[in-house]
Amino acid sequence: MARHVVARTSDIPAGTNKVVTVGGREIVVFHINGEFFALLNRCPHEGAPMQKAQPIAKLDSDGPGEYRRSRVGELLRCPWHGWEFDVRTGQSYFDPHNCKMRSYPVTVQDRAELALGPYSAETFQVTVDDSYLLIDV
Amino acid sequence: MADVLIDCDIHPALPSSAALLPYLDDHWKEQVTTRGIDGLDLQSYLPSMPISGRPDWRRGTDKPGSDFAMLQSQALDGFGSSLAICNCLYGTHAIYDPYLASAFAKATNDWVAAEWMAKDKRLRASIVVPLQAPDFAVEEIERRATDKRFVSVLVLAQGEMTLGRRMYWPVWAAAEKHALPIAIHAGSAYRQAPSSAGWPSYRMEYYIADAQAFQAQVLSLVLEGVFRKFPALKVVLMESGVSWLPACMWRANKTWKGVRVEVPWVDRPPADIIRDHFRLTIQPFDAPPDKAGVEQLCEQINSDRMLLFSSDYPHWHYEGTDAMPPHIPKSIADRMRSANALETFPRLTQTI
Amino acid sequence: MADVLIRDTRKPQPQASLEAKPKSRLRIIDCDIHPSPKCNEEVIAFLPKRWQEHYALFNDHLRVPFMQNLPYPRSAPRIARRDAWPPDGSVPGSNLAFMREQYLDVVDVEYGLLQVLDLFVYSQQNLEFGAALARGINEWQVECVSKPEPRLRASLVVGQDDPAAAVKEIEHSAATGQFAQINMAPRASEPLGRRKYWPIYEAAQAVGLPIGLHTGGYGGHAPTGSGWPSYYNEEHHSNAHTMATQLASLVIEGVPERFPMLKFVFIEGGFGFIPGITWRMDKHFERFRAEVPHLKRKPSEYVRDNFWFTTQPIDEPERNRDMRTLIDWVGVDRLLFSSDYPHWDFDDPRTAFRIPLSEEERAKIFNTNARAVYGFK
Repeated sequence: MARHVVARTSDIPAGTNKVVTVGGREIVVFHINGEFFALLNRCPHEGAPMQKAQPIAKLDSDGPGEYRRSRVGELLRCPWHGWEFDVRTGQSYFDPHNCKMRSYPVTVQDRAELALGPYSAETFQVTVDDSYLLIDV
Repeated sequence: MADVLIDCDIHPALPSSAALLPYLDDHWKEQVTTRGIDGLDLQSYLPSMPISGRPDWRRGTDKPGSDFAMLQSQALDGFGSSLAICNCLYGTHAIYDPYLASAFAKATNDWVAAEWMAKDKRLRASIVVPLQAPDFAVEEIERRATDKRFVSVLVLAQGEMTLGRRMYWPVWAAAEKHALPIAIHAGSAYRQAPSSAGWPSYRMEYYIADAQAFQAQVLSLVLEGVFRKFPALKVVLMESGVSWLPACMWRANKTWKGVRVEVPWVDRPPADIIRDHFRLTIQPFDAPPDKAGVEQLCEQINSDRMLLFSSDYPHWHYEGTDAMPPHIPKSIADRMRSANALETFPRLTQTI
Repeated sequence: MADVLIRDTRKPQPQASLEAKPKSRLRIIDCDIHPSPKCNEEVIAFLPKRWQEHYALFNDHLRVPFMQNLPYPRSAPRIARRDAWPPDGSVPGSNLAFMREQYLDVVDVEYGLLQVLDLFVYSQQNLEFGAALARGINEWQVECVSKPEPRLRASLVVGQDDPAAAVKEIEHSAATGQFAQINMAPRASEPLGRRKYWPIYEAAQAVGLPIGLHTGGYGGHAPTGSGWPSYYNEEHHSNAHTMATQLASLVIEGVPERFPMLKFVFIEGGFGFIPGITWRMDKHFERFRAEVPHLKRKPSEYVRDNFWFTTQPIDEPERNRDMRTLIDWVGVDRLLFSSDYPHWDFDDPRTAFRIPLSEEERAKIFNTNARAVYGFK
């Protein structure tokens, strides 16, 4: 596992995402309500690119006609077949234990913290006073 | 209990509306006789066509299944059944007038009780209900609730609306309350074309189309959340053909995984709900052509609880006195003889 | 800290696994691709002025409740994959350059069979308009899709519920040699085996083109024998039931018996339904034989000889290995790969099959079966 700097937090406004490549993998980084999440940019079903996934609420129900919403924007609906994945864990809604997207821990560090390392040699250009996203891959 | 055989689908036949007269009130007696309200055999079961009656189960031009002694000897003694469930298909299911339908439902159930079940303690029956008016259907269920010989509620595979819809929920509530599974039987009320393709030329196509109709009903009941609402409810698919089941379950799961947001009350894969709540009578069995195929199919169904023995007397699907289709794995065939039926129709275990 | 940087990785690199070429150099024949005009008027422009004016006032006329949307809301806007909207903001399927970049070139499509759903021609209630529209759609396909992108082969659409007009359209347009098949929709006003449609089959057999039946249609019948279901979950699934019923209709009404050279391709029904309906037809054939004396063979024999089925939406057995059983039951010779690009339930040819396929099976499913059915050299 190595820690890679992939983006500045300001590169990814809230409600958007950005695709970065780390160690040959395409990873999509989502910014949801001040938090950042990183997932392999590939749905485990047929390989759809998750950067186009629709962020939706977690939708549960107590019975026919009941729609209970929570964690708005934290479920990703695959842009192809609509499978729902928890952005925090990568777990699918319908089979959380056996079907999940690969997820990667994300850390936010400012420039001063970054100076302390460690991180991979393949890094992003760190030139401004800003906060940065690091992914462990 | 090793030798007990329960036949979940036989068909005593009403010879004509006249047979119901003793069980109709004065108003309906007069209506039936003065307006000629007769000849209400369902289009789906034209008595003369070969599938409606095996040759050795017919006598002359009589309606197959209309003779009590023959049914006793052939369906009960012939198969060695300890119990058999009567599903009477006539009139009620397709009548438009809800009051006429209700009167016929009551009379049909009275007729089955008095002239069949009373005469042979092995006989049980599904309650014929007028789904045209769900409140009347509830009344008919309540009327029969204390007569434990009535063990299920009979509806057709092709009716006015898909069975999962909210309008029918009071009927399912009553059924669940009284431990009555819903028996969906092949056949049509001819309210609309038997499929999205339209009206076919041949009776053969109509019969074939029932398999798709059953699937639509399974989907409706699951996806409308009927089993969230009525968790103890079971549904028996009678005379459905069976072998369409695995592909249906697979596709239902596939669609749900992607479009679950439309039906969030379906909180687990449809196939799991289907395995828990649906049972299927075995005749006819639209079988794969070889033993390996039947075994594969049974593996794909992946439940030894879903299949129920039935003869479908007097309908013609096989020869001889063994209605159990060949090649069904023993562990499943054993449970089919009675254990699954006793679990599915709880009232079968209660004494009269 | 400005000095930390080694390499700028901001520019996305192609990901090896997504770009992997198939194991062999197999080019794909995709039997279901949906092109769209940028707007309906692009197609309407091909119609005579009289019909352009008609359309401007009266639009088209289908047995559906809404004007700008399908009766059952789909899983996504325009039924499309969310990533299939071209960057220029045009609708999915309307930008050939984007289609090439996103799909055709990526998986190496040798031929794609076009299925036009816009302005649903098959079920137009105004039959004269429908006939004009069919001609317009056929010309649009050739001019605007096949000519700029010769890999994409047009399907000759007809308004099936006006068989005389359909025959005229076939006789006119098939002569151009630009069409790979003749298209009808499986939700017509009568089951497609009915005699009303036989003139179309006669014409198709005469010009030597297969009939393609692509899921859909507004023939006026509910999706089920018990009326209209509440949910898209149900309605989407019912497409498989429609296919099963049409297979039964065509076989039982005697279409392959009467037109033995005619090939039928069932498009976008998947193929899981086939064993059950075939076993059911064979099972009950004996009992109903006297009703259908025109059938000289068992139903399954007609299915084996005259019918092909595209693979999408591919069935997903609970155990992957049951796909092997399913393929064996259906017969690998019957299967034609399709993607349904750009729709949401698209199948990617690289990942749709979850079991190993032999080289021979891959060649058949992804290329040579379709090559033979459509007569591609």
